[in-house]
Amino acid sequence: MTHAGHAGTAVPVVGWLVTVLLVLVPAAAYAALVRARGRPWPPLRTASTVAGLVLAALAVSPLLGPHDPRGHMVQHLLLGMVAPVALVLGAPGTLLLGALPVARRGVARAVLRSRVLHVLTHPVTAAVLSVGGLHVLYLTPLHALAAADGTVRALVDVHVLLSGVLFAWAVAGPDPAPRRPSVTTRAVVLVLAGGAHAHLAKLLHAHDLHGLRDAAPLMYYGGDLAELLLAVALFASWYRARPSPVSGPRRRAHPASPHPDRPRRSRVLPPPGTAVQVDAGQA
Amino acid sequence: MDAPGGPVQRGRSMLVAAAIGVGLMAAVDEIVFHQILAWHHFYDRATPAIGLLSDGLLHTAEIVVLVAAGFGFADLRRRGALAPVSAWAGLFLGAGGFQLFDAVVDHKLLRVHQVRYVEDLLPYDLAWSGSGVLLLLVGAVLARRGRREGAPVRGSGR
Repeated sequence: MTHAGHAGTAVPVVGWLVTVLLVLVPAAAYAALVRARGRPWPPLRTASTVAGLVLAALAVSPLLGPHDPRGHMVQHLLLGMVAPVALVLGAPGTLLLGALPVARRGVARAVLRSRVLHVLTHPVTAAVLSVGGLHVLYLTPLHALAAADGTVRALVDVHVLLSGVLFAWAVAGPDPAPRRPSVTTRAVVLVLAGGAHAHLAKLLHAHDLHGLRDAAPLMYYGGDLAELLLAVALFASWYRARPSPVSGPRRRAHPASPHPDRPRRSRVLPPPGTAVQVDAGQA
Repeated sequence: MDAPGGPVQRGRSMLVAAAIGVGLMAAVDEIVFHQILAWHHFYDRATPAIGLLSDGLLHTAEIVVLVAAGFGFADLRRRGALAPVSAWAGLFLGAGGFQLFDAVVDHKLLRVHQVRYVEDLLPYDLAWSGSGVLLLLVGAVLARRGRREGAPVRGSGR
């Protein structure tokens, strides 16, 4: 970080070294937890985590200088929105709980049940910390301060990443959580937070704050992308968790398996199901 | 109207498809008129503050509604509860409703933006509202046709 000023010379070796370490160290910890778990772990979760680490590290790598407005915006999009979604879809909480020795699980359970954690991980808290934090950054002198001071900039980056992870986890995280708010609550918070984010982007554009006029559309449409990813993650989990009378097309493909508990439904459902497909195609 | 546990859910089919109609119409507006024709823009410098805020909220609500409706539709199909005619009715009603809302509320009341920045705006406004009304009419006709949907299926099932 202290060598960021040397960018003029050749390849900023230290910057890239930090970037590589930012990927390798957490990835190694994740891999160690997967091994400690003992049972199989979905490879897609690992892939998602690695992708999130790579994106977050690229955001703070020498590739994106903070002094170019568009580079600054891409950095914030990656660090605060895209990388957090990928990291959260890696289900770090589930992995951590599964890898814990049995003796320590009581402690973990107590932490998970604590009121402080519930307040902190509520979607509204997370939205205030992440999107509210962005308002503080752009509507107060903090942005100018961060541009001048490397330490402030690093702290802002850490806050952007952590609050982004918290928001993604609170809205669409696959980890189990006691007293997680309903899908409706989480969807409403997602819309409100997204609206506030889009509004801030338009303010940056309208008043050319910090010379970010040309970067503001990136913030606006990048916010859409993050919102889309979170909405898909949220409603996909709703879809998977929803009890279906006939449990999916897989069950329907084997009509031999009887449903003694619901004989009426299993007889009724397949014909209209096929009729529906034909009708939808013709209409 | 929403019969949980009943084989065909007419009301739910219509509602989910209407949400898809809203999302599709919004997407057409965004892609064709904002991006391809560039008749109106990301921000036109004439938008008042309330328009700016409501635009941000409407825009993000569209995305979430479209995704939610997509999974809701998949769920209806999975359970064989989809009523196709009612769903088509909902799609047209949603698309027409959004078009009329965009023409009246977004353009005229909130003045988020105008259809196109020309001297005589009237033909454009009429085209916007007229297409909305037309879509709503198609939806209404389909909704009438879909009223009996589900009844025979339920009868034959028992």
